[in-house]
Amino acid sequence: MTEEKVFKNYPHKHLLGIEGLLPDSINYLINLSKKYANYLEDNNQKLDDLKNKTCINLFFENSTRTRTSFELAGKKLGADMLNISVGTSSIKKGETLIDTAMTLNAMQPDLIVVRHNDAGAVKLLSEKVNCGVINAGDGPHEHPTQALLDSLTILRRKKTISGLKVAICGDIMHSRVARSNIHLLNTLGAEVRVIGPATLIPKEIESMGVKVFYKMKEGLKDVDVIIMLRLQLERMSGSFVPSIREYFRYYGLNNEKLKYAHSDALVLHPGPMNRGVEIDSELADDLDRSAIFEQVQMGVAVRMACLKALIKDK
Amino acid sequence: MNLKNPFNNSKLPINYLLKNGSVIDPDKNTIEKKDVLIEGKIIKDLKKNISVDEKKFKIIDCNNFFISPGIVDMRVNIGEPGFEHKETIKSACKAAASGGVTSIVCMPNTYPAIDQPAIIQSIQRKAREVSLSKVFCTGCITRGAEGNEICELQLMREFGALGFTDGNKSVSNARVMKRALNYAKSFDGLIIQHAEEPELSQGGMVNEGEFATRMGLTGIPNYSESMIIERDLWLVRDTKCRYHVSHISTKESVEIIRKAKKEGLPITCDTAPPYFMLNELSLENYRTFSKLSPPLRTEEDRNNIINGILDGTIDVIASDHTPHDQDAKRLPFNQAEFGGVGLETLLPMTLNLVKNYNLSLTKAISLITKNPSEILGLKTGKISPDLEADLIVFDLEKPWKINSESFHSKSKNSPFDDILVQGKNLMTFVRGRLVYKS
Repeated sequence: MTEEKVFKNYPHKHLLGIEGLLPDSINYLINLSKKYANYLEDNNQKLDDLKNKTCINLFFENSTRTRTSFELAGKKLGADMLNISVGTSSIKKGETLIDTAMTLNAMQPDLIVVRHNDAGAVKLLSEKVNCGVINAGDGPHEHPTQALLDSLTILRRKKTISGLKVAICGDIMHSRVARSNIHLLNTLGAEVRVIGPATLIPKEIESMGVKVFYKMKEGLKDVDVIIMLRLQLERMSGSFVPSIREYFRYYGLNNEKLKYAHSDALVLHPGPMNRGVEIDSELADDLDRSAIFEQVQMGVAVRMACLKALIKDK
Repeated sequence: MNLKNPFNNSKLPINYLLKNGSVIDPDKNTIEKKDVLIEGKIIKDLKKNISVDEKKFKIIDCNNFFISPGIVDMRVNIGEPGFEHKETIKSACKAAASGGVTSIVCMPNTYPAIDQPAIIQSIQRKAREVSLSKVFCTGCITRGAEGNEICELQLMREFGALGFTDGNKSVSNARVMKRALNYAKSFDGLIIQHAEEPELSQGGMVNEGEFATRMGLTGIPNYSESMIIERDLWLVRDTKCRYHVSHISTKESVEIIRKAKKEGLPITCDTAPPYFMLNELSLENYRTFSKLSPPLRTEEDRNNIINGILDGTIDVIASDHTPHDQDAKRLPFNQAEFGGVGLETLLPMTLNLVKNYNLSLTKAISLITKNPSEILGLKTGKISPDLEADLIVFDLEKPWKINSESFHSKSKNSPFDDILVQGKNLMTFVRGRLVYKS
């Protein structure tokens, strides 16, 4: 496959976040993803776009879907994928992040995909290696491939992003998905809102170009897309939110609250879902309204595009 | 009505016409001679010379008496559930009705604490059976009022909680308090704080100072109150949540709140009669009935509380009704419980400010009716057509001596026993029913 027909290329060495990317770069990645998505729909044969390339998945935080998605994406393109899961316990063996980076760099990979539980850690690592680095999530900071796959999913259903009203609901404070999506959707011209209890909305988030709502009824009014976020268990009982039942009652998405939104509003969720906490089970399974499984599918295509865009021929 | 029993909880509908009373309207700031027509639950009409069919209306002559909205007491410990030997919903409602309090707002320090919707429902069900004064609840800010995890504030509000407070405990953890304010802001909730730094007041019995030293009692510094208010104001400035400080007792608290109001922060506060009627000298002879929380302060503090009431810094007077049985008070001072009853003395104590400190009568009545009602978002505490008839008829001049033995409350621990006062409630109407007549 070639990329000449769409935009010129992806001009950066790394993909550390959506913030700061120009619309052209984003559109380039999305269009390349579209191509791969179309290819995957019709074929199950591997491509050889990244034949003889080596890619390391370096995950400092537990992850199943993102790691698998990158692994599958790499394999579909013919690359050699290495998985390194660094549990939090083995970090305590003493090696610093920078030492880990330099060790891996010495192995001369073509790309490193990194997830880390600290914001900024992926950027720090990227400064110490010669190859490109993809951020697969750094603390509550950014998760660019998730935002790209969300936009790709929206585009497949809504044709355009510009002018859409998109509401991101739930735990905005701890969410890298929210931050990356806010940047991406704003860059492509959507109107972005965030909805949640004030305890889960970080201070001055308005400066990132969103409107803040504390009530679903007001925030969901006339929106075209709803992105529900996962609420982590440890944040549910008494610290940020009093209880699961109270959270679901006021911030959980069900068919009743969905009525406040536009009649053909699309529901997204980055997964893994807490059924009955942030999303009603019935709604999650409604394939007309929720694109949750389509998102997973698009995830592979987006990651293929990102790997392809970042691994450049030497 | 049975003469021996001044209370009436019958559901029989009777319509009333109150003739020629001086009607105090805290909304319009007026006192005018008018007739009040009560039909069913509501005030049907309010003007001079109303004439009606005498067969359909019971006419009560209120000449020489004042008619005002019923009192909204925003700080009452009702004892039930958990402390029925001190007070029950029934005895508290009787005390309230006789004292002219038509709306009780309970503190959540029951056992179990009011920290979930089910307890609010159970209290409301019992209050309906008693059917005297209206009973409203506040909910805990934190589970079990333990100061750690925030409660289901929004659910409790849906079930009727008017505001949230840990009652007689301060939320001392600043992070928890910030989250509570932030969370409550999401649905325009009201957070009510008992301001007392618990580490500083630990083991304290009375106001720290000369008096405590002479008595040999551990003191509670007055800044233990003001420092919590000051801390909370930073959080209020940040979260913009509505914030109310309960029973303030010191000069510094008044000054801080006065300044915060000028700054435009969404803050209100109340005090209780002991803090403008008494000072620490009432504790002479180790009088445990005057052992209160916050403790009675100095004469300077008392004067500043009065100034705070006069200039409007203090929005509300609440009784801070805290019933305790004899066994909890007839103890060495250090072992006795904190608190005093107040439902039956709230009206004369408030009127004392009119008699002795030139507070206007309408302003005095606002402090116990309209102001608390507005802070709590209630549709009572006012007198105008189409509102529910929660009214009292009182004699402004009648002198009497407070005798705790005659209280309807189950507990008699009043710090005002034997004090001579003027002004007495004669009749109490709740939802148009005459629930109390002296």
